[in-house]
Amino acid sequence: MSLIDLSHDFDTSVLERVLAKGKSTGAGFSEIFIEDKRSMGASLDDGKVEQVSNGRDSGAGIRVINGDTTGFAYTADLTEAGLMAAAEAAAAAASTGDGGVHKISLHPMTRQKVNEVRILPSSISKKQKIELLSIANEVARGVNDAIVQVSAGYSDSQRRILVVNSDGVFATDEQVRTIFRVSAVANGDTGMQTGYDSLGHTIGFELFDEESVEELAARAAQQAVTKLRARPAPSGAVPVVIKCGSGGVLFHEACGHGLEADLVARGASVYAGRRGELVASPLVTLVDDGTMSREWGAIGIDDEGHASQRNVLIENGVLTDYMWDHIRSRNEGRAPSGNGRRQSYEHLPMVRMTNTFVLNGTEDPEDIIRDTPHGVYVAKLGGGSVNTATGDFVFGMTEAYLIENGEITEPLREGNLIGNGPQVLADIDRLGNDFAMGNPGTCGKDGQGVPVGDGQPTLRVKTMTIGGTAS
Amino acid sequence: MSSSVNDLQAIADAVVAQAQPDEQIEVQVSRSTETDIRVREGNLEHFVSAQSQGISVVVIKEGRTGTSSAGTLSDEAVAEVLAEARENAELGSYDEWADLAEPDGVPVVKQELWSEKLASFDTAKKIEIAKELERIAVSSDHRVRIDDSNYSDGATERAFATTKGIRASSRSNHCYATVSTMADDNGETQTGWAFALGKDPSEFNLEEAGKKAAARATRLLGAVKPPSKKVTVVLDPMVTAQFLSIIGSTLHGESVVKQRSLFANRVGEQVASPLITLIDDPTDSRAYGAHELDGDGLAARKNVLIENGVLKMFVHSWYSARRMGAATTGNAGGCGALQLMPGSKSQAELIADIEEGVLIDSVQGLHSGVNPISGDFSTGASGLMIRNGVTAEPVREFTIASTLQNMLKNVVAVGSDVDWLPMSAAGVSLVISDISMSGA
Repeated sequence: MSLIDLSHDFDTSVLERVLAKGKSTGAGFSEIFIEDKRSMGASLDDGKVEQVSNGRDSGAGIRVINGDTTGFAYTADLTEAGLMAAAEAAAAAASTGDGGVHKISLHPMTRQKVNEVRILPSSISKKQKIELLSIANEVARGVNDAIVQVSAGYSDSQRRILVVNSDGVFATDEQVRTIFRVSAVANGDTGMQTGYDSLGHTIGFELFDEESVEELAARAAQQAVTKLRARPAPSGAVPVVIKCGSGGVLFHEACGHGLEADLVARGASVYAGRRGELVASPLVTLVDDGTMSREWGAIGIDDEGHASQRNVLIENGVLTDYMWDHIRSRNEGRAPSGNGRRQSYEHLPMVRMTNTFVLNGTEDPEDIIRDTPHGVYVAKLGGGSVNTATGDFVFGMTEAYLIENGEITEPLREGNLIGNGPQVLADIDRLGNDFAMGNPGTCGKDGQGVPVGDGQPTLRVKTMTIGGTAS
Repeated sequence: MSSSVNDLQAIADAVVAQAQPDEQIEVQVSRSTETDIRVREGNLEHFVSAQSQGISVVVIKEGRTGTSSAGTLSDEAVAEVLAEARENAELGSYDEWADLAEPDGVPVVKQELWSEKLASFDTAKKIEIAKELERIAVSSDHRVRIDDSNYSDGATERAFATTKGIRASSRSNHCYATVSTMADDNGETQTGWAFALGKDPSEFNLEEAGKKAAARATRLLGAVKPPSKKVTVVLDPMVTAQFLSIIGSTLHGESVVKQRSLFANRVGEQVASPLITLIDDPTDSRAYGAHELDGDGLAARKNVLIENGVLKMFVHSWYSARRMGAATTGNAGGCGALQLMPGSKSQAELIADIEEGVLIDSVQGLHSGVNPISGDFSTGASGLMIRNGVTAEPVREFTIASTLQNMLKNVVAVGSDVDWLPMSAAGVSLVISDISMSGA
C-alpha cells in the first residue's frame, strides 16, 4: 500500500463541501489538514537488533474558527462521510448558531520545494538500514575497552500533507526525514558515564553518502570514555564559551519561544511589546528559516498551508519581528510567517520555530578561548526548557571542559546551566566566525513535538550560572 | 469484560488466530476519544473533540522479534500491520530470551477505572468548569491573570491477545482541569499552575486548585537569585514525585541486564537512608497509576523495592526476568505507582526543624540535567528560603545539584503529607541535606 497522492486522490468538490460544512454554524474560517505519514525504524541495543518497526498514520484534522473560538475535530476516516462528520463536530464546537449557506472555491498553489530528496528511504531495503546499526555498534565498542553498552537507532519518515481552507488555500508538501542516533555507556572506577550523538536531515537515504556513521559512533563512544575522568562541574556564576554548532538551543530557549506570537499575544513573554528595542548584544542577529535546505526544521509549507520563509527576528541586537501563525497574524492584520506547525493531524497548529540560528561573527574562535582566563567550555549541549513569562531558562551540558588560563583542560561531569533570557542575550560579549548547524532536535510545546534545527558560531557569555557540585 | 470492547477483542483474536505453529503473536487494539477545552478571559478559546484508534502487533519467530503499528483498524491496515511485523521479525537479531509472557496465575486486583458519570457528563458543563476555575484563580488576588484554564477528559477501550493464551479487554476514562497563572508586580512577572482531579468532574476541588495556582505565582514575586552554597532542601511533594520516577527507572531489570543501572549488583546493600521505604503498588486504588495488567498482560502487583534503605529487588518484565533468571514482577512498562512510606511530620513541622535551607517549589530541566546512568543530578529550581524554622524570601534562577546515589543517602526526613498526584509516583515532602545550590 503506497502513500496517498494528496493533490489528486481528493476530489476538489468534496473538499469544498467539507469546508462549507465547517462554516455552517456561523464560523468565518474552516480548514482541512490531511496527513499521510509512513515511518520505519530499527534499533539495536545490547548487541542485538531488537526492534524493527513500521508505522502508518493517516487522517484529517478539521479546524473551524468562529471569532475567538476554535473548534477542532480529527478523524482517521478519509472518506467524504468521515470528513463531513469531523467537520460537523468541529462546527458544532465553534457554533454561534448563525448558520448560513457557504460556497468555497479552492486555488491549488504551486508546490514550493525547499530541497531535493535523491534516495527515498522506502526504496532502500530494511536490511541495508539495519546494517548501519551493526556498523555503529562495532565501531563504538572498538573505541575503548571501557565501553560496556551501545545502542543505536535508525528511523526515516515520509510525510505528505494537504492543507485547504475557506480562504481558498490549497497547498501540499512532502517532507522526508532520515535520522541516526548512537549512545554509549562507559564504565570506570568512578562509575558509569554516557555519550550521545546524532545526525539527521530533511533528506532521504543519501544522508549516509554524505555523513559517516562510523565517525558518529566513534564520537559518541569517545565522549563517554572522556567523561570517565570528568570532575564535578563548578557551582556558581562563571564565563561560558559555547562551541559552534552545539549551542543553538541556548537561543531556542533564551529567546526563540519568547518570540512566538501566541505567547506574546497572551502577555506570557518577556519580549512582548519590545519590537524596535535592543534586546540582545549588538553582536546578535537571529534568524528563523524554514526554507533552509536539508536542515531538520526545513518545510516547504507550514501546517496551515503557508510557504515557509526566512524571518529575521533580531538584527544587531534589535528585536525586529516575532514568529506568526494564522490566528495571530490575522488578529494583527499582517501576513503569516510560515511558522504555524503541528505534530500531526490530531493536533491544533501553533506558532513554532523551524531552523533558528545566530549569524556568524568575525572572531577566530581560538582567540575567544585564549582571552578567557577561567571559565567553562561547552562542546555539546543537551535539551533545555524555558518559562517565557519570566525568561528563566535551563539547558543541559553533556560534554564540557574547564577553561584555565585561556586553555581547555579537564572534562566536567554533566549538569544544567541556568540563566534569564534577556540577561544572557545582553551578556554575549564574543562571537566567532565558525558558524555551524547543530544536531537535529525535537521541540516540545503544549504537548506537541515538531522537528527543529538550530545553529550558531562559537560564542562567549560573560557570566552564566552552572549547576555543578564543586565549590 | 465490558460489552463495548467486543469488536476490538474480535480484531485482536482474529490476528492471533493467524499465527503459524512456529510464531508467537501479541496484538493490542485500542480506541479512544478525547475532549480538550481551553478558556481564556471568560471566552472559549478552543474545543477539541476527537476519536482515534490503533493496532500494534508483535511477532516472534525463531527468537527474532518484529513489530508494526497503524492508526486505523480497517481490514487492509490490520492485514498490512501483521505482514510488516512478520517481515520485520525476519530482520531482528536472534535473542534466546525473546518470548511472550505465559499466564502466571497471579490474580488480578480489580480497579475502578471507568466512571459512567464521567462518560455521560454534559459538554456545556465542562466549559463552565474551565471558566469557573479561571474565575476563582483571578479573583483570589488582584495581581493575578490567567495564561489559560483547561478541562480535559479521555476514554480508552483496549483489547489484548497473545498466542500464549492471554486475552484481556478493558476500558478506562479520566478527567482533569488545569490552570496556569501569571502574577505581575512592579514590572516583574511570576507564574503558577494547579490542577483538579477526580473520577468525574463533580469530585473536582476547583476552589483549592484556583487558589493554589494564584498563590504559587504571587508567592514568587520579588524572588532573588540566592548565593551558591551547600544547603538542606525540602522537596515539595510534586518535586519528590518527579525524583522518585527517576529512581524507579534505575531499578528496572532491563536497565540491569543491559548494564545501565547504577544499582546493578547492589541488592541487599544499604543504598538509601534507613528512612526510605519505596514501594511500587499499582493495586493501590489511591494511586493515579493504579492498573490491573502490565504490558505483558499479566496481573499488576505490589513490590517493595527499597526497605529501610536496603535495596530489596529490581522490577521485571517477562523478558528481563527470563534473562536474569528471576520471576516477572508484573512491571512490563516500568513502575507506574511508586510511593514512599510516609513519616510523621507535616511540611510545616519539617521546616520548623531547619535552621537554614530552601523549600523547592518546582524544578525545571529534569530531562536535560539528570542522567539516570551516571547518577548526576542538576536542575533549575525556584522556591522559598527557610530561616530559623520558617519560610522566608522567595528565590529563583538557581540550580540544585547532587547525585541520585547521594540524595538517597542524605534523606533526613520524610513527611506525612502524601499527595496522590497524577504521575507515576505519589508525592510527599522530602528533606535532603548536602545539596549544592548554585546561584549568584
